[in-house]
Amino acid sequence: MSALITEPNLAAPDDFYEALIAMHRDLDEAASARCNARLILLLANHIGDHEALLQALAAAREGRDDAVA
Amino acid sequence: MTVHVNPVFEFRRPAELDGAAVRHPVIVVGAGPVGLVAAIDLAQHGIPALVLDDDCTVSVGSRAICYAKRSLEILDRLGCGDGVVQKGVQWNVGRVFFRDAPAYKFDLLPEPGHHRPAFVNLQQYHFESCLVERALQCAVDLRWCSQVVAVRPGHEGVEVDVETPAGRYTLATDWLVVADGARSPVRRMLGLDTEGQVFRDRFLIADIRMRSQFPTERWFWFDPPFHPGQSVLLHRQADDVWRVDFQLGWDADPEEEKKPERIAPRLRAMLGEDAQYDLEWASVYTFQCRRMQRFRHGRVIFAGDAAHLVSPFGARGANSGVQDADNLVWKLALVVHGHAPQRLLDSYDAERIPAADENILHSTRATDFITPKSAVSRLFRDAVLDLACRYRFARKLVNSGRLSVPAVLHGSPLNTPDEEGAFAPGAGVVPGATLVDAPVEGPEGAWLLQHVGGGFDLLAFGSVPPSLPRTLAHGPIACRVVVIGDCADEAAVTLRDPRGLAAARYDARPGTCYLVRPDQHVCARWRAADAQAITRALLHATCNDGGPS
Repeated sequence: MSALITEPNLAAPDDFYEALIAMHRDLDEAASARCNARLILLLANHIGDHEALLQALAAAREGRDDAVA
Repeated sequence: MTVHVNPVFEFRRPAELDGAAVRHPVIVVGAGPVGLVAAIDLAQHGIPALVLDDDCTVSVGSRAICYAKRSLEILDRLGCGDGVVQKGVQWNVGRVFFRDAPAYKFDLLPEPGHHRPAFVNLQQYHFESCLVERALQCAVDLRWCSQVVAVRPGHEGVEVDVETPAGRYTLATDWLVVADGARSPVRRMLGLDTEGQVFRDRFLIADIRMRSQFPTERWFWFDPPFHPGQSVLLHRQADDVWRVDFQLGWDADPEEEKKPERIAPRLRAMLGEDAQYDLEWASVYTFQCRRMQRFRHGRVIFAGDAAHLVSPFGARGANSGVQDADNLVWKLALVVHGHAPQRLLDSYDAERIPAADENILHSTRATDFITPKSAVSRLFRDAVLDLACRYRFARKLVNSGRLSVPAVLHGSPLNTPDEEGAFAPGAGVVPGATLVDAPVEGPEGAWLLQHVGGGFDLLAFGSVPPSLPRTLAHGPIACRVVVIGDCADEAAVTLRDPRGLAAARYDARPGTCYLVRPDQHVCARWRAADAQAITRALLHATCNDGGPS
């Protein structure tokens, strides 16, 4: 079991971010949502480690605008 | 093509109506799959079994149609596996479709070298007919048109009032096994409840007779063009009967949807305008995942749907009920015969409640996939299906029902844990698991499972100490020795393992031995047969090793 990596780990951060936004170009909101869902599933399989995934789910749920009730 | 006509069983006037009173050791309520399995097993343990059923026939409609390998193995032990397998339809392949495209297929075919297939499909009325026939051979007292109208449990026994066409009478019994189905009238009479969820969805079952080019496979569609937005399941049964299961959504009107004129356009959309079929049975159902808090209530013990309910996706209803009966009856037999204290029956709860929870978990997850409960849940469901068409990883996430596998009784209080380091993790068959079949040469046939079960057995590889078979046969809990290898002792059963598959599946070395319960679950294992250790494990597996009775 490995911990979720939260230290910088992206090989090319700016390029990745640009590509992520570009993935959604010309998509309406529903298509973007579908695209995101597929992306999450593909990345989750790539990570594989269950513990790391659970930590990522918990960390994502704790966004500043989405305080857990 | 003709539609199936159920047999009608005659009501016979019982002697009790004319004043005779016999106290019974065990009465079973309900002549469905679970009650009949329990009754046959009781009879095979030498306990005269009496079964009360409020109807006078087998299942009306095909209902439970998928019988898993484990159920077939249990039926083999009860002497009626062949009939079900011969009449049923064997299948191993499942296909999943998303919208208009095939997403993937799966193959449940286990490794070769097992007697029974992964699944046999058979209408519940045929399944029950096979059991009724066997029950009558075993002299089970089947009482039809006999409705239980009152139950009075006590410390020493249970009184049951029975309403019949010829009047009402009262029976007294030491133990009452309740297998009277999902609505369990007996459970209600006793004011006992089940806890869990009801799912807000409706499904239409249409069982049709047709000559079809469809292969003998399980086909599951998500959001197909012929039934947009919902799921459909197609499954073959015996006699050219096909199960079609349409998801309808919560707002569907169950009475309207059952009408043949409403079903016809759905079937035409699916099968083509000129499809020829006869509608045999239709039903609209909702489902629930719930269970009783505990299944044993003193001398009243619940089994099958009366105790726990799941959705049909995964074939975990009837199959888990058959395992309940398999688990309960040998314990009840030991208690009735005075060979074990009553608290052995508490292990039925300890073993079958986790099994029910496992079934409920799988069933709930399948339900959440088939009927997403929120927009985001549907979004991910559809994303999984979309990716499944292209990538193998996503197929693991598609859940149209995780099909029934036998419960492993990991945490059972009846298990004796392995000695440290004796078996590598995952090696062989762990305590709590069911025996794994293998081809052998032996007196009862060509399969290992035909030689083990019904009573306690020691399954030993290689050889055993010469005195062991007699020592165990005459111990406090009788145990037979089944040797795969050589044994000159006539008290032992000797098998050959010509392909070495049994040895491989049991991680066997010379001396390795497994202690097997009457229900074919392993409860202890060692690298060398030691009479004292085996006797301790036998006493432990029957609650004869101290503690209150």
